[in-house]
Formats: sequence, structure tokens, C-alpha cells
Amino acid sequence: MPKVHPRPYDFEVLPRNDAGHAVEVVDLVKRYPKAPVNAVDGVSFGVAAGEVFGLLGPNGAGKTTTVGMLTTRVRPTGGRALVGGIDVMRDPVRARRQVAVVPQRSNLDRSLSIRDNLVFHAAYHGVPARERERRAAELLDQFGLLDRAGDKPDFFSGGQGQRVMIARALMHAPQVLFLDEPTTGLDPAARLFVWDRLRELRDSEVTLILTTHDMDEAAFLADRVAIMDHGRLLALDTPAALIGGLEGEGTLELAADGSADGAVVDALAALTGVERVETVHLQAENGAEAPPPAAQPLRVRLYLTGDAALHVAPAAAVLADHGLALQDVKLGTPTLEDVFIHLTGRTLR
Amino acid sequence: MAGPIALEQATQWRAFRAVLRRDLYVTWRELPAFLAQVILQPLFLLFVFGKVLGSLGYTRNNYAHLLFPGLLALTAVLTAMQTLAFPLVAEFGWTKEIEDRLLAPMPTLFVAAEKVLFALLRSFVATLIMLPIGVLILGSIPWRWSGFPLFVAGLVLGALVGAGFGLLMGTLVQPQRINLLFSLVFTPLLFTGCSQYPWPSLDRLRWFQVVTAANPMTYVSESLRGALVPSVPHIQPWICLLVLAVAICVLMSVGVKGFYRRAID
Repeated sequence: MPKVHPRPYDFEVLPRNDAGHAVEVVDLVKRYPKAPVNAVDGVSFGVAAGEVFGLLGPNGAGKTTTVGMLTTRVRPTGGRALVGGIDVMRDPVRARRQVAVVPQRSNLDRSLSIRDNLVFHAAYHGVPARERERRAAELLDQFGLLDRAGDKPDFFSGGQGQRVMIARALMHAPQVLFLDEPTTGLDPAARLFVWDRLRELRDSEVTLILTTHDMDEAAFLADRVAIMDHGRLLALDTPAALIGGLEGEGTLELAADGSADGAVVDALAALTGVERVETVHLQAENGAEAPPPAAQPLRVRLYLTGDAALHVAPAAAVLADHGLALQDVKLGTPTLEDVFIHLTGRTLR
Repeated sequence: MAGPIALEQATQWRAFRAVLRRDLYVTWRELPAFLAQVILQPLFLLFVFGKVLGSLGYTRNNYAHLLFPGLLALTAVLTAMQTLAFPLVAEFGWTKEIEDRLLAPMPTLFVAAEKVLFALLRSFVATLIMLPIGVLILGSIPWRWSGFPLFVAGLVLGALVGAGFGLLMGTLVQPQRINLLFSLVFTPLLFTGCSQYPWPSLDRLRWFQVVTAANPMTYVSESLRGALVPSVPHIQPWICLLVLAVAICVLMSVGVKGFYRRAID
């Protein structure tokens, strides 16, 4: 079992700039009735106004529950959560005025056209009639939806629905926009479109908090990333700082054709230029059982001081000495995925 | 401090009105579907039991006049119930449409209250439409202006009972069980609510009289009979109104609790 580092980074839970906090979370806990463990287990962080904040973690890490509590749909078991300075537990009604939510799955009003979805949403939030028409026209244009404004959302694709929901969320000019897995399940073109629109929002006043299990998304969009697993915050920093916190400049991932004991790993670690070796284990996924770690074919990640390509031959030789053949090699510079593996000993998916 | 609080309340009421306006807007645009949904069933009941059976001589002349208030009660209760139950099951279950309203700047209770108010409005429209339809099919309907206050009270309480049932069912029933709502709830309610027979006449069928006494709709039917055809033996109006008030309190409190459970984790 790889070692889980509870707090490998000395991370600051609050942003460094003093722009004022759009969101502040202190020791937030959620335990669902009859659940054996906390879904969110003492999470603290702060998000500065105008910041793009990413919650990165695998499914079930507690990201959606955290967002649920910040948006008043999930009642916290303990701790405190402030949005725009308003306590979401004490004053959920006022908190709702500060936030907008783009959920994972479409919750568009199927009885209304796209334009009416936007207009009525603004009406719920008290935007004056003329203003909501103007804003709807503007956002429909911005999100490339003008030609379908009169259609009902029934037959919209995932990407179109996502665009409508983001446009709808912006109708009441929220201080904080929450996006739960904004591009999961979208095709590449739709994902790029959503990313572009979100990048544009960075330059506006609105604070973005997005959950994702996609490290590219987090690295591309977020100013700072919080890595969550099992309801806890494992690390929080800018993507660059998180990656920079890992030793080495390059990574080399090796897969062998059979399982191995610790001696191989030790031998690999002894190679010159190898800073650290991590064993990667497969996760059970979609109901399929993963074999126990000891029975899995060897898969290791080497963190290196120099060029990864130069280490392939020596590493292959070490494997051969132990009766293993090299099956797969991946060279790379560290990514957020490596940070996650470093923190948990598991891959993100 | 009165200023900000008053402003806050104004915002909440504005949200409430906007959600109500959305419901009315959708109903207006789907008016034929709405009318078909609420009118067809009582229309056929009225036609078959009031007109056809009478014309064939299977029922006595005054049966249609005895049936009519019962069908008004049926329409009032079932329309309110349907308006709430089915959309709620769908909105909490799979369309998730309600989320946008739950995130509007108003208390969660307002979202439930709006649903109830909207159900009442639809129930009133459906019941009032039955009056001209009754004239059309039966030639004449029983009507007494002196019974008007009781008539209104019966309709309002009947719609509230229906809305209470709807709230309860809508938050209790799992989406995959929506079929059971029809067979296990609607049908029994429909036939044990004394809409087709006056309750005191069930003396000869004692067990069924007990069963029907447990259905709040019975008291709606009986109060409307008391208002429109007092010569037919009926349960005392004050008993009807009292039982209905109690039933509404119970159904609403359990229903609202269920609503909160579904709205907030």
C-alpha cells in the first residue's frame, strides 16, 4: 500500500492577494445520514474575488458535496461556509443571490424555450424586465445560441445544454459561479468552446469555482487548484507550484509484463538521476474489480533530475535483471496528475 | 433595520411571483392540454352516469343532481393533486427542473407554497368550467345562491386537500414507482370519495361507509351536496369543514417535510 501523505505541502488555505474573499470555507464537514464516513471531512479554503478556483479529485472525493453546501442545497454537518461574506447556513436566501450553479446534468426548464429559460431565471432573481431581455440577447449571442433561442432544450446536445446553463447562470450577474464538472461527457469541440467562454469569464468580475476530475481542465482554467480525495483537501496551490513541488524535471512511467517485489523498485531508485520511484496501482472502476496490488503487473513512475529519455535503457536493464520485460514506456514532464499520484498513490481515474 | 429587511422580503416575494408567473405562462401556452387533462374524466363520468344511464332508465331522475356536486368535488381534489404530484415526482426525480427555483433568492418553503397556490388556481379553473359543461350535458344543474358560501368553502378546502395529497405523493413516490400512484392512490381515492353516492345512504353497506369516511374527499363531496342539494341527506357541513381543516393540516405538514427532505440534503 503506497503511503498517503496527509499534508505534504505546507499550503495556504487562503489566497495571497487581499482582494477580499468571495468564498471562505472553514472546517467544513458533511456526513450523510447512515453513511459510515464523512463525505466532506474538515475542508478549509478561501477563494479571492475574481479568482478561478479548481477542485480536482476523483469521483466521490467530495467535490460536488462541497459545492452543494456552498450553494445551500446540502446542509453542512459542521464548520462554516461564507459566500460573498454571507453565511450559507444562517442566511441561505441571501447566499443564493450571490451564487449561480451549473450542475453536472441538465436541469433546464423543458417547458420553456432557451430564451425563456434565461429570462425567467433572471426574473426569479429580480432582474428588471427590460434588463433581462437585454442580457438574454447578449448572452445568447455570446454563447452562440441566437439561432436556437426559440427552441426547447429537449433535443439539445450535451454541449449546447451546457452552454445554455452557463448563459442562464450569468443572467443574474452572480458574484460566484459554480461549475460542477463543466465539460464531462462533452465532445472535444464542445469542450474547447466551453473552455474559451470560461477563459473569457476570468477577465470579468465573477469568481469561478469549478470541480473536475480532469487535470488538463484544472491546469488550463484554474488560478489555483485544490486537490481533494476522500473528503479531504490534500494540497492547494497554483498548478505551477503544485507541479514544482514534485522533485525532478522529468518523469518516466514504466510498465512491466509481470508483478514484482520491492527489490525491483529499490534497484530502480538506486539508478543515477532517479529522485523517487512511485508504484502505481490500478483502481477498481465501473464495478470491475482491480486485482490486489501485489498481483498487478509492475507499473512505476520515476521522477528524474534529467532528461527522461536517457533513463529508459538503464531502467529496462534493471527490469531484465529481475526477469521482467518492459511493456510500455511514457516520458513526460510532471503534471497535476503526477501531483495527485504523489499525494494518493493512485491515478485520477 | 426595517429598510434592508423590507427590501429582502420584497426580493423574496418577487421571486415567488416570478415562479408563479412561469407556471401560469406555461399553462397558458399549453391550454388545450391542460383543459383536456382536467375536464375529460369528470366530463365522461357526468355524461355516462348523469345522462346515459338516466336516459336508459337505470337511474332515477334526481341522480344527476346528486352526482353533479360530487363530480365538482372530484374535479377540485384530483386537479389540485395531479398538478402537484406528477410534476414534483419528475422534477425531483429526473428533469431536476426544480433546482433553478430552489436556488432562487427565497425560502425553500416559498417554492412549495407556490406549487400549492398554483395547484389551487388550476383546481378552481377546472371546477368552474364544470358548471357550464353541466348545464350543457344535463340541461340544468342544481344551484342555490344561499349555499354559495359553503360551496366556496368546500371548493377551497377540497383543492387544499388535493394539493396536500399531491405534495405528499410528489415528494414520497420514487420516479420508478409513478405507475403505482395511479393504481394504488388515484383509483381508490376516486371511488371512495362519495362523489357518485351520498355518504348517509351507505348505511346499508356499513363497511364501505367506514372506508369512505377515511377519505377526505368524502367531506368535500358532502359539503358541496350540502351547498347545492341540501334535500339529499348529507353529512353536517360543520363536520365536513372541520374534518377537512384537520386533514389539510396533517397532509400539508407531512408534505412540506417531505419537500424539505427532497430539496435539501
